[in-house]
Amino acid sequence: MITRDWLLSDDPETRMQARLGQGYRLARALLRNPLAMVGLAIILLLLLVAMFAPLLAPYSPIQGDLANRLQPPSATHWMGTDELGRDILSRIIFGARITLMIVLLVAIIAAPLGLLIGTVAGYFGGWVDRILMGLTDIFLSLPRLIMALAFVAALGPGIENAVIAIAITAWPVYARIARAEVLTFRKAEFLDAVRMQGASSMRIITLHVMPLCMSSTIVRVTLDMAGIILTAAGLGFLGLGAQPPLPEWGAMISRGRSFILDQWWVATMPGFAIVVVSLGFCLFGDGLRDVLDPKQRARE
Amino acid sequence: MKRETELTLNRPIAALNFLLTLAVTFLGLLAITFLIGRVVPIDPVLAVVGDRASTETYEAVRLQMGLDDPLIVQFARYVWQVMQGDLGMSVSTGRAVSEDLGRVFPATLEMATLGIIIGVTIGVPMGVFAAARQGKWVDQVIRVIGLAGYAIPAFWLGLVGLVIFYANLRWVGGPGRIDLFLDGMVPPRSGLLLIDSAIDGNWEAFRSALSHIILPATILGFFALAYIARMTRSFMLEQLSQEFITTARVKGVPERLILWRHAFRPIWIQLITVIGLSYAGLLEGSVMIETVFSWPGIGNYLTTALLNADMNAVLGATLVIGAVFVGINKGSDALYRLLDPRARA
Repeated sequence: MITRDWLLSDDPETRMQARLGQGYRLARALLRNPLAMVGLAIILLLLLVAMFAPLLAPYSPIQGDLANRLQPPSATHWMGTDELGRDILSRIIFGARITLMIVLLVAIIAAPLGLLIGTVAGYFGGWVDRILMGLTDIFLSLPRLIMALAFVAALGPGIENAVIAIAITAWPVYARIARAEVLTFRKAEFLDAVRMQGASSMRIITLHVMPLCMSSTIVRVTLDMAGIILTAAGLGFLGLGAQPPLPEWGAMISRGRSFILDQWWVATMPGFAIVVVSLGFCLFGDGLRDVLDPKQRARE
Repeated sequence: MKRETELTLNRPIAALNFLLTLAVTFLGLLAITFLIGRVVPIDPVLAVVGDRASTETYEAVRLQMGLDDPLIVQFARYVWQVMQGDLGMSVSTGRAVSEDLGRVFPATLEMATLGIIIGVTIGVPMGVFAAARQGKWVDQVIRVIGLAGYAIPAFWLGLVGLVIFYANLRWVGGPGRIDLFLDGMVPPRSGLLLIDSAIDGNWEAFRSALSHIILPATILGFFALAYIARMTRSFMLEQLSQEFITTARVKGVPERLILWRHAFRPIWIQLITVIGLSYAGLLEGSVMIETVFSWPGIGNYLTTALLNADMNAVLGATLVIGAVFVGINKGSDALYRLLDPRARA
């Protein structure tokens, strides 16, 4: 039976009990932070909306009704319709899928890449460290948005290329953080112990070093999500990210730009979606940082 | 005595170190633009000879362009060309990219500079007051502004600003740098319209230029302000918790003097780095804002070139924005080290 005492026990009998206990403590600490809970609620809402988009959306996101084009917000079309008579609310609902996909893909590509480079540099030290961190510092000191633009220019417009371009500019931060983390324990005895048992460097890095860098990386990724969403939307706005008729929020704003002065809702509504979701990740990331990685807060 | 020799010895070494990192970073930037230029699916030879050229012509041009040389030789040639200010020709404007960039850069500089002035004059006092009244409503307002700076897309805020202040309230001029009928009426001296029109004594042009620049500059300034206020607040809090502040309070120094003279004075050096960072960030952020406001600056040039697949122009603009960004960042960092004796140790 799982009870509170069992979870909070100071000497857990199994690994699982220890892990569950740790998770429980984290959850408790997060629950005490109202802003983080607001952020979590927004993220969960995004997930649910993306998951059940076909059920929630009142109209088709692609098929328009030309007779009803550029209608202002009303009871039938809560956020109005765009220049092809498509319901903007439905498009925003389906757009949640695209936003979520971009964010997840960037995180899946950039975080492990940065983690790998940072841990290898920190673990080996010496020349490996100098070369890898030199490379990281060069990427870090370049403007991210401009570099993403240049990469998309080379790869060609499209949502996949936008993801790759953003990921290429996002990894250096994770590499820096992971390396700093590794430096604090690279001389620790538990690593000597594993080494004496004959573990290869590869095994030590992936199984013993990386897991210890996970929490600070997760915090950083969550905090970066807002920036990733804004960059992706920016690329969409410039016509370099998701292509029409995909209901990507940035691309929707870009289409609405032509009628911004007379039909303000076409461009404004998707922007609210971007702001709310980015804010959600910011708030949750802040709360997560306070719980998982208080040191990082002190450093900023 | 020992300290002095250390200082005189350390300075040149630190300066050398600084120049070396700067050079390596620039080289890295060049390597990236060079590689991007290489992976582009547009065949540079075809762009010159056209697709109906014979195989012989194609080969001859390919050799002439040095595309059969080893990559490293090509890269060295590229670096050499860039150092001489040769960024290639723009396909869409038909002019040298460097010439184009020289023409559009002042517009960006003007907007970003006004933006950073707005950001500093509002952001720094806001940060100081937030620290002085920690947890009170001023503090909360700054927290919200800081979050907004992270969560609001600049291009969207620009559009919303246009709807409210241009279309509805008619408080500001619309897109562009100046009203159409005044375009080209001011003789270009510095390229900064506000300064040029003031020198010229053309106050009608000055007012028009001001009404056009104020909205995009304020929006840029807002993003700078969000960051500057937050950083000022945390620097100030650090100072206010120190013992010399308590001493001053016990001695009965008025709170205003404590804030501005005792607590603020030690942090202005740290603020230089923050302001430098946000100034560089504004140059980058202006890409989006310029597109929204049809502002004829380097960001607009870059996005237009992107849509026309004008690679020389894209890479040239990337290179210039990147170099200025790196220069400002590293420069403000060096300035901080130079000014703050604690950072030298």
